[in-house]
Amino acid sequence: MRFELSPRTTVSPVARALAPVAAFATAFLIAGFVIWLMGRSPIAAFDVYVLQPLSDPWSLQELLVKATPLALIAIGLSYCFRASLWNIGAEGQYVMGAILGGWLALKTHGTDAGFWVLPLMLLLGVIGGALYGLIPAVLKTRFGVNEILTSLMLVYVAQLTLDYLARGPWRDPKGFNFPQSVTFDPAATLPPIMEGSRVNYGTVFAVIAVIVTAIVLGRTLFGYRLKLTGDAPRAARFAGFSSKATTMAVFAISGGLAGLAGIVEVSGQIGQLQPSISPGYGFTAITVAFLGRLNPLGILIAALVLALTFIGGESAQILLKLPLDLTQAFQGILLLCVLAADALVSYRIRLVTRGGGK
Amino acid sequence: MTTFEAILLTIVTASTPLLIAALGELVTERSGVLNLGVEGMMIMGAACSFAAAVTFDSTIIGVLAGIVAGAGMAALFALAVLGFAANQVGSGLALTIFGTGLSGLIGAPFVGARRDAIPPVDIPVLSDIPIVGRLFFEQDLFVYGSIGLTVLVALYLTRTRSGLTLRSIGENHGSAHALGLPVLKVRFLAILFGGACAGLAGAYLSLVYTRFWAPGMTSGRGWIALALVVFAAWRPAWVLVGAYIFGAATVLQLHAQAAQFGVPAQALSAIPYLATILALLLLSLRRGRAIGAPGSLGMPFVPDR
Repeated sequence: MRFELSPRTTVSPVARALAPVAAFATAFLIAGFVIWLMGRSPIAAFDVYVLQPLSDPWSLQELLVKATPLALIAIGLSYCFRASLWNIGAEGQYVMGAILGGWLALKTHGTDAGFWVLPLMLLLGVIGGALYGLIPAVLKTRFGVNEILTSLMLVYVAQLTLDYLARGPWRDPKGFNFPQSVTFDPAATLPPIMEGSRVNYGTVFAVIAVIVTAIVLGRTLFGYRLKLTGDAPRAARFAGFSSKATTMAVFAISGGLAGLAGIVEVSGQIGQLQPSISPGYGFTAITVAFLGRLNPLGILIAALVLALTFIGGESAQILLKLPLDLTQAFQGILLLCVLAADALVSYRIRLVTRGGGK
Repeated sequence: MTTFEAILLTIVTASTPLLIAALGELVTERSGVLNLGVEGMMIMGAACSFAAAVTFDSTIIGVLAGIVAGAGMAALFALAVLGFAANQVGSGLALTIFGTGLSGLIGAPFVGARRDAIPPVDIPVLSDIPIVGRLFFEQDLFVYGSIGLTVLVALYLTRTRSGLTLRSIGENHGSAHALGLPVLKVRFLAILFGGACAGLAGAYLSLVYTRFWAPGMTSGRGWIALALVVFAAWRPAWVLVGAYIFGAATVLQLHAQAAQFGVPAQALSAIPYLATILALLLLSLRRGRAIGAPGSLGMPFVPDR
């Protein structure tokens, strides 16, 4: 018995839209099976993971809070993935954005520096992420070094840098030896959209990034160039599109957006620099980008869906004593299902029993 | 035993898991499949082998469990990239994310447990030679096994018909298919071998290297193994050299941390990762484009009819 794939001549848009839904359902079934193996009720887990967060106003807000960095990073990654370039180091670019932006917040701490601090911090966040993202891009374009490995190695370096700063030179001297910086001044804090809300202006940035990306990808030459570079690199070369320039551009964009996500998170939600500032947003965003089919609106929806797994994971840990690792395992299996479902869209799959076929 | 001897011994211990995992990945890549899930398969091997070894109080069962866990993860990857022709880079990443999470679930009840050291194989007389004696002739079975595996993989790839088939499929799957070679079957077996090796490397980490289980304990070793394959230009002998260079860098870095030179510990911890980037950079400076990469590496294969 084996699988046989044959390319489909036409791809229906309905199948294209339904593929992620089917992938999601499959991933849920597998996760339910794992939970059942662990001797827990899959139905109770589904209730805690999905239904309860969606029926509680507080967790609905939290959904936006968690979806914001995911959407920002995944939108940036969609530029890379469209061009078939593999930036898997968004987690490191996120951290570098937080470090460079956070540096200004600490520099101006206790001074009466004015309103310009926050915009400059956000700008530095973008620059920090973009420059860090450009390292694998330069190594690739100038020296032909594989971007997958370098971008990933740089994640560890960025995390160690933050760890050093938060425990060493940037530690709050009055912080009872806790490894964290001083709390940012109000001038360095990203304000909430509404008084008393946990949702801040970072969410607005994410929505803007989605709209701008939709326009860039759908209506500009640059968007067309990305698509061509990814789908038909030879044709792109004949058309005179420089693959080097494209590589640099998409790494700068994705690094910049990841950096923005980092500084938004630090200045809005955390309020200080700590050794760890992300539950793995940079890696989860890869799943978000593919689940959203690299489409801006799809990514927005996918970010909300994956945010749900983070929130559900946290409450399942408290209510059902299910470890947080389950969330990560689910995210991994979900990505695998999403990629396999993509194949179902472009290929017809037949199960061939021995002796059959041909 | 002098400190110098002790350092040399730990270098061997640190290099062995890198070598085993990289050899497995080398065979997988030579068949034309890029499996970025080494880290995930390795940590599953570490968790499952430790859990099994503690549960059954048997190192052998532990090692077998690690191999099975790695191969099982690899089978999942094979289902996606061969069965569904899914994107290999994405699927490998997914495997790593999945393995990191699942290993945490499996290992959770075993946090804090410890295993006894595995007695080394003492080759009489030879191990009494000063300095090199203990280094070469009083190691555990895994170390000898990993060296043997290097030789076997090298011989298999260059001296056997089956190895030639595997390489030709990796170079050009279209032509190989036209010649009637079983592309998907060979790739499936190569992926399984890669997974089994990664699982074995993980088992070595938790049963010999640390002798306890900690979540995320592979800390990027799977990725370094991937880099080693590139560094070695897909040749087994160079994987051996590379693994020992990286093992040495890791161990010396740890000793430097203990000696407290006034350099931040984090800067020293970053050395293996920076060294990987540097090694890849130097390599491409010397050779221009990555020569030695199998022609069909990373491309999905769908037979046309």
